[in-house]
Amino acid sequence: MTVRPTARPLPPTGVRASVAVAAVSAVNRLSRALGRGSGTVAGGRAGLALDPGLLTTLARGRRVALVSGTNGKTTTTRLLATALAGAGDASSVVTNETGSNMPAGHVAALADAPDATVAVLEVDEGYLGRLIEETHPEVVVLLNLSRDQLDRIAEVRMLVDRWRNALGRLPVAGAGSTGTLVVANADDPMVAYAAGTAPAVRWIGAGQVWHDDAVGCPACGGRITYADDSRWACDRCDFARPAVAADVVGDELVLADGTRHPIRIALPGQFNRANAAMAAIAALPLLEGVGERGADGGPATIDLVLGRLASVTEVAGRFSTISRAGHDVRLLLAKNPAGWTAIFDLLDETGDAGSPVVLSVNARIADGLDTSWLWDVPFERLAGRSVVATGDRRLDLGVRLRYAEVDHDVVDGPLAALDHALGRSDAKVPVEFLGNYTAFADLRRAR
Amino acid sequence: MGQHLVVCVVYPDLLGTYGDGGNGLILAKRAAWRGIDVELVQAPSDRPLPEADLYTIGGGEDGPQVRAATTLAEEGTLARRVEEGAVVLGVCAGFQLIGRSFPDASDRPQEGLGLLDLTTRKGSGARAVGELVATPFAAAPSAGTGVSLPRLTGFENHGGVSVVGPHAQPLARVELGVGNGGGDGTEGAWSGRVLGTYLHGPVLARNTALADLLLGWALGRASAPVDAVADLEPLDDYEELALRAERLEAVGAPDAHGWRRVLDRVRRRD
Ligand SMILES: [Zn+2]
Repeated sequence: MTVRPTARPLPPTGVRASVAVAAVSAVNRLSRALGRGSGTVAGGRAGLALDPGLLTTLARGRRVALVSGTNGKTTTTRLLATALAGAGDASSVVTNETGSNMPAGHVAALADAPDATVAVLEVDEGYLGRLIEETHPEVVVLLNLSRDQLDRIAEVRMLVDRWRNALGRLPVAGAGSTGTLVVANADDPMVAYAAGTAPAVRWIGAGQVWHDDAVGCPACGGRITYADDSRWACDRCDFARPAVAADVVGDELVLADGTRHPIRIALPGQFNRANAAMAAIAALPLLEGVGERGADGGPATIDLVLGRLASVTEVAGRFSTISRAGHDVRLLLAKNPAGWTAIFDLLDETGDAGSPVVLSVNARIADGLDTSWLWDVPFERLAGRSVVATGDRRLDLGVRLRYAEVDHDVVDGPLAALDHALGRSDAKVPVEFLGNYTAFADLRRAR
Repeated sequence: MGQHLVVCVVYPDLLGTYGDGGNGLILAKRAAWRGIDVELVQAPSDRPLPEADLYTIGGGEDGPQVRAATTLAEEGTLARRVEEGAVVLGVCAGFQLIGRSFPDASDRPQEGLGLLDLTTRKGSGARAVGELVATPFAAAPSAGTGVSLPRLTGFENHGGVSVVGPHAQPLARVELGVGNGGGDGTEGAWSGRVLGTYLHGPVLARNTALADLLLGWALGRASAPVDAVADLEPLDDYEELALRAERLEAVGAPDAHGWRRVLDRVRRRD
């Protein structure tokens, strides 16, 4: 068992840091009182303005896990926090719940939980390097990388290079350091290339539905070819899928020793089973660090951890079911082509083929201002369903659906769109609502 | 028309970052809906480029852009097909690489295909990112007999600045946004049946007249003058017209009112 020198966070040192922490809390309280959401970002920004080193101060003495990637990071962060909180006192784990995944959000979350000894932080892909530098994580979870918000976020290969640099500077275990373990998705060549520089990696075969951003080899410019069994390799250099410590196969996690462990979670879809597997593998070394024991008195087991994840039924409203006019409406969030493709897989896997589908798309700052990505989403897969297009950019969506030859109506407003879909379907048939970031939030606010 | 039309999306594995495949899809559907026998081909960069009547070349990152230009130049099919009268739509990085030269990631000039007299260098300021509206010049190709090409609307996202040389013509005058960015207020360029634009990604979704101009070229005789586009049956473009109107209104372009009236005419296509 690894023994770590400090189990409790140290109080902020120095007058400047104390003032900054107080400012974060004050702004957070004020923002909440004014009804501006949780106010996390405002408070964090105020704190960072007073003390640019605040994140380092707040993270010091805590055991930190970072979760990053284009899709699934909010869910995986929640699952990992759940696995760790299950070890005992839930208040000992802090996480940035509200999707504020940039440093201001991290500062706010940490300042609000001075006693939490473990921090599980969701990190925007562009900030992973800074978070590694400032929080000295024990575990870094890397899910996937694909095109997302192209009008403002760096292109995929630029992110890969930045991750590579940051991960290459991670400490090696040994003299005075326990080192940082990277838990990475071996099925995504972009993640595999990025994590290739890290000193310690546990590779997981977590699957990848979207290959369009990883056709060219990131190492040599050759071509990546994919086999049916999820193996991939470059046709020019020796870059290939790394040997994995565990593989997600259907609803089981298969470890390298051949043992199979059921992933029985309440969240739907193959991608959520993959998120659960990543969270469970990442949780093990952290639990070992706090002395968590399995039923037989040995180290915490993968089954114990996977079992804890079953308690998560929704994540900030995602995957939840609401009721409207006697119909069940399932709320699903998808923000980019890979995410939408994964959700279409989920509809095929768990949905009713006759379910009407309401699609809501906005293009506000948080979504990305450019709607070109709609043409990368395989909306053709909705053919045969009754589809309603809504959101700020319902007309862009309508045109995309026209060329996908998907029968659709265009309706103003998410609730009116839902009602329109209900009116067109038999009672008791569930309805699927799919929105991108702010469109999803709009529906949650409207109801 | 009894004609077999081949639309080819060039190297989607290298140049397809911004929904660029949409242009090929839109062209193929608009031909098919008119009863034209059309084939849509996705052409990967590790295979010979297929013989096609209409090629679309999309946007991409710096490295893939250089590889696409090099491969197309070595491979030779595209230049030969253009000689034979094939139509080319180049968008964003695809626009730059059909020109004479463009900068790579380290700002070294790379040789383009030279299908358009166009030279691109790195801009000195911030990337041009946002809505772009431009009005085609009177000399721009017509969208059908006696019909001039209407205003172009789309989204741009590029760091390059392009200057149109004497052997090509700028396509449109910028009303809003940056466009070519060389200081002359122009957007896009064309020469013969080769046309390029910074309206990136699925530019044809909002500009169906441009889609039909390209189809008209591709369906006409190769020896026909460029303003003799084949006349095409009109389609029920209510949704596209509503989208155009809404986008023009959203960016405050003049004479952009009443998109809801257009939308009211959107009908279910059962
Ligand atoms: Zn390679």
